[in-house]
Amino acid sequence: MSGTGARPGGAGGPARRGWPDGAPERLYVVGAAEGPPAERAPLDLVTLVVTRPGAKPGAHPEHGAILRLCAGPLSIAELSAYLSLPASTVTVLVAELVEDGRVEARAPMSATAHPVALLEAVMDGLSKI
Amino acid sequence: MGSPRSDLGERTGPRAGDELSPSTVAAVKVVVVGGFGVGKTTLVGAVSEIRPLTTEETMTQASVGVDDIAGVEGKTRTTVAMDFGRISLNDELVLYLFGTPGQERFWFLWKGLFEGALGAVVLIDTRRLEVSFDVLGRLEDRGVPFIVAVNCFPDAPPHPLEAIREALDLEPSVPIVECDARSRASSRDTLLVLMRYLYDLTAATQER
Repeated sequence: MSGTGARPGGAGGPARRGWPDGAPERLYVVGAAEGPPAERAPLDLVTLVVTRPGAKPGAHPEHGAILRLCAGPLSIAELSAYLSLPASTVTVLVAELVEDGRVEARAPMSATAHPVALLEAVMDGLSKI
Repeated sequence: MGSPRSDLGERTGPRAGDELSPSTVAAVKVVVVGGFGVGKTTLVGAVSEIRPLTTEETMTQASVGVDDIAGVEGKTRTTVAMDFGRISLNDELVLYLFGTPGQERFWFLWKGLFEGALGAVVLIDTRRLEVSFDVLGRLEDRGVPFIVAVNCFPDAPPHPLEAIREALDLEPSVPIVECDARSRASSRDTLLVLMRYLYDLTAATQER
């Protein structure tokens, strides 16, 4: 981002769509297919995404990129970093792939599940680094 | 921009050795909160098994609550980067560590970040305690368990931890520790203090 440069639509008016150069139109183009996907386990920054065997890349390059990157498990946060897309955008793309059955999403563990065992595993792992 | 992006994911991706073990089935997350320059990224980098990565998020007026926009009038959008790192805890479990700014105008990032997080480390610089007040209150409001870690800067005047606890009006039960964010061992120990605290909280809940 080039610092304090002029912002399109920024001169007057509330500029609801006052995106800066570069980033934004993608947000609408990418993942704009059919509105929000059906309710499933909500995707999180640390949801691990893994491509299912035989998944077809399809027409969207972003989908193809996720399928390639997720040959092994990767979190949505990592996908966001590697693809240089906001995590919210990656979340939409992954939701579409989950919907199509092309990726598996491994939901994060929260301390509400098996708190004691989980925290013990975390402490055990940390003490080894 | 605007060119075909067929190279997506071929150009970038995990560096050799940065892939997760294929047997990893679940992830947990911890958030490191603090003001700019307090050492969040340093701490994350000290314990992370990968070079810290960055995820960006954009705030627009539409995405912030009415309260949050107070004080930032005229700013219609902000791009904020969050650095994060990763620690494989065993073959199946991985910990992600996110650094996020503590100032109120960045709280929009907290949506989704703290949900499901095990807890938080509030990293503070004794020369700039004021940033921490709002953060602590906000975490308490959200019910996020946290510990306070005082990053020891060489040029910061030493303060006894109990004096800092008092200055921050911290509950007696909340751990406060000193830490050297540059040190892997010290940063790891800080995370362990958080985990033991969470463990004790959980045990106390289960006993009831």
